[in-house]
Amino acid sequence: MSIPSPNRSLAARAEPWLLLLPSIALFATFTHIPIVRTAIDSFHSTPKGARPSRFVGLANYEDMAADPIFWKALINNLVYAIGTIPLSIGLALAMALFVNGRIAGRGLLRMAYFTPTVLPMIAVANIWLFFYTPHYGLLDQIAGLFGFGATNWLGSQATALPAIMVVTVWKEAGFFMIFYLAALQTISPDLKEAAAIEGASDLTVFRRITWPLLMPVTLFILVNAVINAFRMVDHIFILTGGGPDNATNVLLFHLYQVGFKFWDQGYATALTIVLLAILSLMALVQFVAAGRRVHYQ
Amino acid sequence: MRMSRRTTLAATAALLLGFAGPAAADTTLTFYYPVAVGGPVTKIVDGMVADFEKDNPGIKIKAVYSGSYQDTIAKILTAVKGGDAPSVAVALSTDMFTLIDEDAIVPFDDLVAKDKAATWFKSFYPGFMANSQTGGKTWGIPFQRSTIVLYWNKEAFKEAGLDPEKAPQSWDEMRAMAAKLTKRDAAGAVTQWGVSIPSSGFPYWLFQGLTTPNGAILANDAGTQVAYDKPEVVEALQYWMDLAQKDKVHPPGIVEWGTTPKDFFEKKVAMMWTTTGNLTNVRANAKFDFGVAMLPAKKKRGSPTGGGNFYVFKAASAEQQKAAALFADWMTKPERAAQWSIATGYVAVSPAAFETKAMKDYLAGFPAAGVARDQLEHAVAELSTHDNQRVAKALNDNLQAALTGTKTAAQAMKDAQAEADRILKAYK
Repeated sequence: MSIPSPNRSLAARAEPWLLLLPSIALFATFTHIPIVRTAIDSFHSTPKGARPSRFVGLANYEDMAADPIFWKALINNLVYAIGTIPLSIGLALAMALFVNGRIAGRGLLRMAYFTPTVLPMIAVANIWLFFYTPHYGLLDQIAGLFGFGATNWLGSQATALPAIMVVTVWKEAGFFMIFYLAALQTISPDLKEAAAIEGASDLTVFRRITWPLLMPVTLFILVNAVINAFRMVDHIFILTGGGPDNATNVLLFHLYQVGFKFWDQGYATALTIVLLAILSLMALVQFVAAGRRVHYQ
Repeated sequence: MRMSRRTTLAATAALLLGFAGPAAADTTLTFYYPVAVGGPVTKIVDGMVADFEKDNPGIKIKAVYSGSYQDTIAKILTAVKGGDAPSVAVALSTDMFTLIDEDAIVPFDDLVAKDKAATWFKSFYPGFMANSQTGGKTWGIPFQRSTIVLYWNKEAFKEAGLDPEKAPQSWDEMRAMAAKLTKRDAAGAVTQWGVSIPSSGFPYWLFQGLTTPNGAILANDAGTQVAYDKPEVVEALQYWMDLAQKDKVHPPGIVEWGTTPKDFFEKKVAMMWTTTGNLTNVRANAKFDFGVAMLPAKKKRGSPTGGGNFYVFKAASAEQQKAAALFADWMTKPERAAQWSIATGYVAVSPAAFETKAMKDYLAGFPAAGVARDQLEHAVAELSTHDNQRVAKALNDNLQAALTGTKTAAQAMKDAQAEADRILKAYK
């Protein structure tokens, strides 16, 4: 390689950076700089009136470790994630396979499955609030037909979190279904025909052809589902407010309460960093572990 | 709203004239206000602001609707931290200590002449001033205030063989009546509960409707000490728990605040506890005769107050602060307080407001609206301390734990006390 003239090299090196500049500027302003600021703030106390913020080292993190509500929220969040992610993905796949087949009223069915996704979560939560209402709520009216009495779904510690999880699955499954449906339609029919000639059963076709080819989409959905499990808290505000006694409190909800109800920003920034770390770690694990089994066409 | 072309023209002309006025000398105030009850509240506020500007040339007010109470305090604190504080705002009376701790507000004592200040502060019901004063200063002027009352279904009373015109007067009576009012079907499932006290969101407030009659005050005036674990408080909680867990005349678990009026309309509960602010709502939606009563007594009568106060902000200029105090005074004058109360369902904040003709006419047609006023002489401050939300949450969580059966009354209140002590340590 000949030595390029310094001028050309500068221009050549500057070009990709110039192209990247708009998105770098946006990302830096709204994502990277705030993350760095938050990390720095998490080592400082909350400024209050005349008392300015000062460096406190790990004090905010020590408070977190000693905060029983944090641990409760973390455990709730894990239960919430484990309970909603596989279920909504499984349901999404089942619905997608179902409406991908040749059945009457396919368009309508697809729309019906997708409707929950289109509705704002706050509206959904308000609807479900009246599903769950004891006595005259939809659930209790149905239960009443079979002779069961009223149940206080959201008002008891045993059922509140599962009730919240049902709403999440209901809301998420339709969204994930769309991705599966799109992916299913890109699978070449030749493969199925070839399998049929070989006499493969439906199950084998699904296991050996469809499912492997859906892997890239599944990974994408899984990453999204995990992020959503830590991010979707809108309905908790409406349905339970984190109660009874923190039975439905999850990390982001706790973070909101600390930051914008208690105005303890020092502690809130520490919580943010922990939440961020958890999400990054999970995304990394997923890409490394699942990435090996993903086949891209 | 439909407007004729002429009124539109007139409004436009007025607007133009307004702008053409002596703009240089105007004091402009930014005014944040929340809406916490149904009805066209923003329109009412805008109308009052326009009237104020007419009465007080030289002062212009930019009224900003700021969402719920929770949104409002969040907006205020964000604006204060960002150096763009409003000049005046309505926020929860219990936000007083938070605003003081943030060094965001100034007391009204410094904004009006000394002799005038004393009479002005005395013109309001003392029950409302309890949440507005601390350390010998007045930090809030009561504006949209409420208390808890008991609503009862007169038809259900008749069916149960009770006198439909008589609400329960004491705890024992409420318990006995609730037992008669609780209806079960053949399988033993309850079809109508006797009484319901909501416990979602802010159970501490409803709980004060039990602790106050039992002779307990939950926080000191300085907002640095709570009394969650006193025997009277534990006893009050035990009464509430027993209604649901032992007598089974109250729905089990957590009762949702938002759906409680609906439970009442649907005849799933015969008596409910809720805010006076729901009066207009109940009046419009109950398809049966209903009554409104003071909360039942134990050692005495009692209820907490609730709702919002005017605050004036430190960041405003001296002129703006004076104008803001004038605005708060104008908004709470007897005629205006009466007008505001009739339009919204809030309790008028001064005895003088109840002496106005408008209020007397309203009460003559709808006596239930007077119950809240009669209860005011027994009313105490809503729980308010430094780091208020956190200290209240300590109580809320433990109340919910007890009501859902995971803690005993004594254990729950002991835990709440320990947590509150830990939080308040920094303020002593």
